[in-house]
Amino acid sequence: MRAVSYHPSVRDGPLLILTTMLTITQALYDQIVAHARKDHPDEACGVVAGPAGSDRPERFIAMLNAAMSPTFYEFDSGDLLKLYRELDDRDEEPVVIYHSHTATEAYPSRTDISYANEPGAHYVLVSTADTDGLGDFQFRSFRIVDGVVTEEEVRVVETY
Amino acid sequence: MAIEVRIPTILRTYTDGQKAVEGSGNTLAELFTDLESRHAGIQARIVDGDQLRRFVNVYLNDEDVRFLDGINTKLSDGDNVTILPAVAGGSAAAEPRPTGVGGRATGGHALIGR
Repeated sequence: MRAVSYHPSVRDGPLLILTTMLTITQALYDQIVAHARKDHPDEACGVVAGPAGSDRPERFIAMLNAAMSPTFYEFDSGDLLKLYRELDDRDEEPVVIYHSHTATEAYPSRTDISYANEPGAHYVLVSTADTDGLGDFQFRSFRIVDGVVTEEEVRVVETY
Repeated sequence: MAIEVRIPTILRTYTDGQKAVEGSGNTLAELFTDLESRHAGIQARIVDGDQLRRFVNVYLNDEDVRFLDGINTKLSDGDNVTILPAVAGGSAAAEPRPTGVGGRATGGHALIGR
């Protein structure tokens, strides 16, 4: 894993030292953004699966937000079981777990942190708060391990 | 009475990395007590007091036990139990700036990667 120093302009805090990176295709990026926009003002959620151990997001899977809420998301419990069975059968894992914030910035909330149970996943947050086209649509990625949040660089590529 | 229990990644630290373990019990509550005897610490991650934790899903033969009898659901020999933490979160915008570990991270200005 490559160490990357990165100083995002969106924050005034001290230098963030990033030790991981999310590499994702433009097509997958666009699918996540489209899902978030479609479900606005409710939060949208889903995963991008990839071969186990590859760290390569490949298969976009939009999930139903069973909470149907502008401030909360939860995968339906039956869908969750089907999803994990399928990933297991295909020898895949959830490389990316994404959801949207629809009135706040794309940064993990306390709720996001307490329920983050996949230490190997990239937690992607998008924000649809700015929908008037005046600001950049926020798309950010984080590791959440044992309650500690680490932002990582997002590299968008045409193909892997 | 053997019950196969599928363990999610996050709890495999309690099972030496095993994806599935065997246990026994007449109910889910007994099963988790039995697992605790060999995998110390696992019970508290699944059970809170005398209830299942809100954000841990437990399935008996592919059915969410919340639609059965919860932690008192009866088990039979050969049953399969799957444990999966909920995938959940959200902006929870109305909450005040929290304190503690989550609070520091949510504050966001003092993050150092590791």
